[in-house]
Amino acid sequence: MLIKQPADIHPSEITPPELYARRREFLKTAAVFGAAALLPPIMRGTVAQAADDDLKLTPYKDITAYNNFYEFGSSKSDPAENAGSLKTKPWFVAVEGHCEKPGRYTLEDFLAPHPSEERIYRLRCVEAWSMVVPWLGVPLSTILPRFQPTASAKYVEFTTLLDPAQMPGQRTRLLDWPYVEGLRMDEAMNPLTLLATGLYGKELPNQNGAPLRLVVPWKYGFKSIKSIVKIRFTETQPKTTWAISGPGEYGFYANVNPAVDHPRWSQKKERRVGDLFRRETLPFNGYAEQVAGLYTGMDLKTFF
Amino acid sequence: MTPQQPRLISRLGKPLVFIASLLPLVWLCWLIRQGQLGANPVETLSHHSGDWSLRFLLLTLAVTPLRRLTGWNRLQQFRRMLGLFTFFYVCLHFGVYLIFDQFFDLRAIIEDVAQRPYITVGFAGWLLLIPLAVTSTHTMIKRLGRNWQRLHRLVYVIGALGVLHYLWLVKADLTEPLVYAGVLAVLLGYRLWWWTRSARIARSIR
Repeated sequence: MLIKQPADIHPSEITPPELYARRREFLKTAAVFGAAALLPPIMRGTVAQAADDDLKLTPYKDITAYNNFYEFGSSKSDPAENAGSLKTKPWFVAVEGHCEKPGRYTLEDFLAPHPSEERIYRLRCVEAWSMVVPWLGVPLSTILPRFQPTASAKYVEFTTLLDPAQMPGQRTRLLDWPYVEGLRMDEAMNPLTLLATGLYGKELPNQNGAPLRLVVPWKYGFKSIKSIVKIRFTETQPKTTWAISGPGEYGFYANVNPAVDHPRWSQKKERRVGDLFRRETLPFNGYAEQVAGLYTGMDLKTFF
Repeated sequence: MTPQQPRLISRLGKPLVFIASLLPLVWLCWLIRQGQLGANPVETLSHHSGDWSLRFLLLTLAVTPLRRLTGWNRLQQFRRMLGLFTFFYVCLHFGVYLIFDQFFDLRAIIEDVAQRPYITVGFAGWLLLIPLAVTSTHTMIKRLGRNWQRLHRLVYVIGALGVLHYLWLVKADLTEPLVYAGVLAVLLGYRLWWWTRSARIARSIR
């Protein structure tokens, strides 16, 4: 059995988070100014500013203190306060359904062959706020083929841990526990889709979905299911938690779309955490170039 | 009790209630100064001002039942001030929306009011409070005569609108809005009971 040894030194131990964050900024600024040098002088400032602002990292403190994770309470501050009761070691991930190699794996085995990489993504919540998060993780598209999904595998279903002893929110009936999310196979295999294990170069804090969570940056945040214990290949579209809770309000697709309002609030604008005013929301959260093709011919108002 | 004491209460009572009613605002300002509004300060401001709007509305509606239950008629003198503080916190709440959520984007505001039921009822509640605030002066009370009370019964509608506004905006956890709804139901239910009882007594006397 191959057991991945954790690296002796975390990147975060070598570089303080503030500096660590700035190395990206440095690269980005360098790239932007490089490109800007080609533009007429009058436009340079605007380009640099726009690019810099759009992917400016949300502070670690905010990413880890402002969370929606109803398993630990319905208020944004609840997860940071209550998630200490979650035990993430040892952790097992069950792989089931239409595949040749189902099984129950330790998290280490599940992730073993794949090096993790950093991805800086915008995160847009259906409640019209957003963040920019430097995730650490493995693209789902490199993991799934290992289990050899069969031709019947049309969807992937993900399930969060069910344990009211560790997750006090599950003692209430706020949602239909355990939390379930799902993706169409081609969405799951899109190179943007990430299984995250860390942020800011450190292990995921419990309130952010430790030890393993999904990150689908072009969809509303509730699709990015946390603390995953089960991955199942299915032939039919999974019944997902928020879609069960409010079928008219939360769809299976849940692509970020300023043109399709949530029935109770507008999705045209969002407030980036740290900003006072709202900014325009981008179609597919700014990832249209990479993912719009997945939905050609689909009416996104019907499949919201 | 010396004869001066009641007068002292009535003289000090209003300033004390006034200062106490400003405490939520002072507290908010302090949080802003300390940078303690959390990751989404505007949302915190919006929630706090909304919470205090509802609390003051319920406090205002509690004055009459409390006066009748305790027989402490002096309570009545605080009702107008509490009502005006309700209006004050609702304006603060609306101001946060107007400035930070929409930045005076009139078209977006009209769209919100027309399409989103929770905003429709919240906005209606604020609009209905305006005539009540305007007619709260002694002169207006005198001028309106019996109509003043008829007009000010609108506050029952406003209470319902305020609670609905909160109920319709939460995603899944209805606990807090239901607490407000429960308190409102008790306060309005008490009035209903009082009116039917007074009507019965009036009939039996006749």
